[in-house]
Amino acid sequence: MKIRWILPFLIVLLSSNNAFAMHIADGIISLQWSLLWFALVIPFIFLGIGKIKKLSESELFFKPLIGLLTALVFIISVMPIPVPIVGTCSHPTGVAVSSIILGPFVSVIVSAVALLFQALFLAHGGLTTLGANIFSMGVVGSFTSYAIFRLCRKMGLGIILAGFLAGIMADWTTYAATSFQLASGLAKEGEMLSLLWKISLAFVPTQLPLGIIEGGITAGALLLLYKRRKDILLKMNVLQEEGK
Amino acid sequence: MKAFILIIFLSILVSLPIIGHTGEKWSGVDEVVIEKIAAEHGRTPSEPLINTDQGDLLLFVFLLAGGISGFVAGYFFRKLEEGRDRN
Repeated sequence: MKIRWILPFLIVLLSSNNAFAMHIADGIISLQWSLLWFALVIPFIFLGIGKIKKLSESELFFKPLIGLLTALVFIISVMPIPVPIVGTCSHPTGVAVSSIILGPFVSVIVSAVALLFQALFLAHGGLTTLGANIFSMGVVGSFTSYAIFRLCRKMGLGIILAGFLAGIMADWTTYAATSFQLASGLAKEGEMLSLLWKISLAFVPTQLPLGIIEGGITAGALLLLYKRRKDILLKMNVLQEEGK
Repeated sequence: MKAFILIIFLSILVSLPIIGHTGEKWSGVDEVVIEKIAAEHGRTPSEPLINTDQGDLLLFVFLLAGGISGFVAGYFFRKLEEGRDRN
C-alpha cells in the first residue's frame, strides 16, 4: 500500500524541478584520470555480473528485485532536494538500499545502469566520466554502506537503525570519494591535500542534511520490504533470524 | 509507530522542495562546488553527447524518466508481490 504513496510522490518531485546534476560531468577531469577510474571499476562490474548470473539461477525473485531497485536508485539519485539553510540543491544516491539487499557487487551494476541512463538522457554526469561516477557512487557508496550495515547488525542494532546509519554513510562517503576524484584530477603540484580539504568542506553544508535524508530513505525502504517480503530479507541474508 | 515515522519522513521530503522554491536561486552542488572549483583550475564541463539541457526539454525528459522509472518500479514490485502470493 505504501509504495502507492511513494511512487507518485517521487514522480511529482522529479517533474517539478530542474536538473541539479551532481556527478562529475564530461570535461571536468582529464581523459587520463577518466580512464584510470574506468580501469578501477571494471573488476567490480565483472564480479557484479557474475553474482547476478549466479543468484538469478537460484532465486526466482532476484530479477524482479534487481529491476525494482535499479528503478529506485535511478529515481533517488536524480531527485534534486533543496537544502534551505544553504540555498543549494543536491540529491541522495540510493545505493545503500541496493547494497544492503542485493550485496555490494550487484549494487555496483545497479548504480552503473542508473548512471549510464542519467549521463545519456538527463545531462547528468558524463560518458567519459562514467567510470569515476560509478566508482564514487557504486563502489565506495555501496561497499561502505554494506560494511556499516553489517557492522551495526553485529553490534545488535535493528535493521531500521542499521539501514539508517548505512544510508547516511553511503551519501557522505560517495561525496568524499567525489571530492578525492576532483582533487586528484584537478590539483596542481603540492596542492592535493589543500584542494581535497577545500572541496570536502564545500560539500559539507549540503550533504550533511542530505545524508540524513538518505538514511531515512534507506530505513523506509527496508521497513517496506520487511513488512511485505520478509522472506526476501531472510534469503538475501539481510536478516539472520526470524523477527530480528 | 513505524508507519508514523514513515509519514513524518515523507512530510519532511515534501516540505523541503516547497521551502526551497521560495528562494531566488537553488543551484545544484555541481555549479556551486564542482564546476566552480574546476573552473578555478582551468577546466570547464563539455556539452553532453545528447544535450537535453535546453529550455523546457530537460523538464520533459525528467518527467518522462520519472514516469517510466516509476512504472518500472511498480511493475517489478507487483512481480515480487505475486511471488509472495505463490509462496
